Amino acid sequence: MASMAAREERKAPWLDPTAAPYIRIDKVSKKFGEFAAVDSVSLNVYKGEIFCLLGGSGSGKTTLLRMIAGFEAPSEGRIYIDGADMSEVPPYERPVNMMFQSYALFPHMTVEQNIAFGLKQEGLPKDEIATRVADMLAIVKLEQFAKRKPHQLSGGQRQRVALARSLVKRPKVLLLDEPLGALDKKLREHTQFELVNIQERLGVTFVVVTHDQEEAMTLASRIGVMNHGRIVQVGTPHDIYEFPNTRFVAEFIGNVNMFEGVILEDEPDHVLIDSHELGGNIYVGHGVSTASEAIVWTAVRPEKMSLTREEPAEKSNRATGIIKEIAYMGDSSIYLVQLDSGKIVRVTQPNIVRHAEDRLTWDERVWVHWHESSGVVVTE
Amino acid sequence: MAKQSYVSLGERLMLGIDPFVIVLKISFAETRWLGSPPYSPLLEWVDAQYLQIRFNLGNYLFLLRDSLYLDAFLSSLKVAAVSTVFCLLIGYPMAYAIARADTRWRNILLLLVILPFWTSFLLRVYAWMGLLGNNGLINQVLMAVGIVSEPVTMLNTDFAMYIGIVYSYLPFMILPLYSNLEKHDVTLLEAAVDLGCKPFRAFLSITLPLSVSGIIAGSMLVFIPAVGEFVIPRLLGGTDSLMIGRVLWDEYFLNRNWPIASAVAIALLILLVIPIMIFQRFQMQEAGASARR
Repeated sequence: MASMAAREERKAPWLDPTAAPYIRIDKVSKKFGEFAAVDSVSLNVYKGEIFCLLGGSGSGKTTLLRMIAGFEAPSEGRIYIDGADMSEVPPYERPVNMMFQSYALFPHMTVEQNIAFGLKQEGLPKDEIATRVADMLAIVKLEQFAKRKPHQLSGGQRQRVALARSLVKRPKVLLLDEPLGALDKKLREHTQFELVNIQERLGVTFVVVTHDQEEAMTLASRIGVMNHGRIVQVGTPHDIYEFPNTRFVAEFIGNVNMFEGVILEDEPDHVLIDSHELGGNIYVGHGVSTASEAIVWTAVRPEKMSLTREEPAEKSNRATGIIKEIAYMGDSSIYLVQLDSGKIVRVTQPNIVRHAEDRLTWDERVWVHWHESSGVVVTE
Repeated sequence: MAKQSYVSLGERLMLGIDPFVIVLKISFAETRWLGSPPYSPLLEWVDAQYLQIRFNLGNYLFLLRDSLYLDAFLSSLKVAAVSTVFCLLIGYPMAYAIARADTRWRNILLLLVILPFWTSFLLRVYAWMGLLGNNGLINQVLMAVGIVSEPVTMLNTDFAMYIGIVYSYLPFMILPLYSNLEKHDVTLLEAAVDLGCKPFRAFLSITLPLSVSGIIAGSMLVFIPAVGEFVIPRLLGGTDSLMIGRVLWDEYFLNRNWPIASAVAIALLILLVIPIMIFQRFQMQEAGASARR
């Protein structure tokens, strides 16, 4: 957890206009026939970042990663790493290493030989290779497994071998393709923090591809959300979660309740929306810069909503409904409430009291409401 | 042989043990130049009282003593080894190309490899006679183009024999290699390239070692039948080509020396069983390793 705090203290280079990006992706497209897997993506990644490319399958995130590695050539655009144009540089000469989703460990080599493989290609002296391999084995805590073959290791150990093998060459950038995808849940959490620790110790810039929003949230300094080959939003995990800029991002990251509506008032300090889905008005306490469309959506996170028996004082951001489902999660409970408009909303409430005598129950009529600062207006 | 046995005839034929036992038995017999069968019985009742066992190791000693047999063995091993190497050199790139080909093409290419089996083996060897002969297609083309003015003697040479063996056994090399190479994970090569390895070196350090079991399987499938090959050297090779298969044939049918011929067959069998056993052990190790994977 210390690493998380350290990360908070660190400056955010993306906010500094004078900082030079470490990886500059300039209007890169990759077309397979007519289909654009990656569609004119421009992106800056700064030194020491853990940048997550987050998207569903077919969003183009892996293709973009493979273009940085050099396995695919961009149809258009250029990729610069540390200022150097990578267009003509073959993958075996790029200052970039990749950790593959399947780990791609060489089955006929021991752990040690796997890690040493990259260094041997550089033609380093034997004793230097030996020291660097030993150092790396210590970092990933696999010293006693040096002589084993990959098939004699567990999934977590293999993942660490793959990490060690890609880091031992001291790349400028490490690309990670679904690094935790093959691990079970317990191991994932542990490995996540370990990954962040190692990244901070070695100061390597990470570009991580994942479809798992939870993984992206915990690992990343910044997230780039991809959809249909385009980057839809780039921001810190906090930005992405609290201020999604489109309906897609709001729905992709975490759970969200969406209310369709039309704008009644559009003032610099507030917006008033008439939502038939809510069955009332929505008041959002901030201006909307792009609300020229007639139809907009208001996104409200489940944990930012309240459930009460009493009628709330505010006249907007509220509706009545009947509790249809309750899922008790221990620390919190999830309620599915069917509003009078017919829409089902999801509300999460923390379980603060241990013995709640008059706990909300099934088929009860309740008020759903939220604060004017909780909703975010998004467009399509 | 008239005695009732415990296993049915069908089962014995299936096991292939019977012919082997007969050959083994004959190899220990003595030659009888007159009479049928042309060898002495191994077991015989003498005076309806004693069971006489005549166990003759002379045939095997004769194999060692007469350099003809040793030379034939060595030359057969050489021919088989050279043929195997050529099959490997030609078959590996082909198997690799098929394994990496687009899935739409893969089955068609495999079919082309297997297609020759649909015609008679003998017919295909005869076809090569037609191609390689002095008036054959190859010489006609060479002369028409003007590369040579007189036909090149190819038929009834070692060259023709090698062509015939390599051609006939190439599919046996390609198929096991293909089934091995096809299973390779292409990301391993990407990983090697990513770690700074040029593509050809990646092939040498990743693909080649991982295909060793395929190479061994293919080589065995070519080498073993090629050692005992009789038809191809006879039809395409020179009259002086000394192959153990041919010696075997001559002993049986020309000399009618069945015991010696049987001893040659048994010696050949022992010679081939050793590499097969090595191969089996290797396969077992491979299977064990992949099961744990």
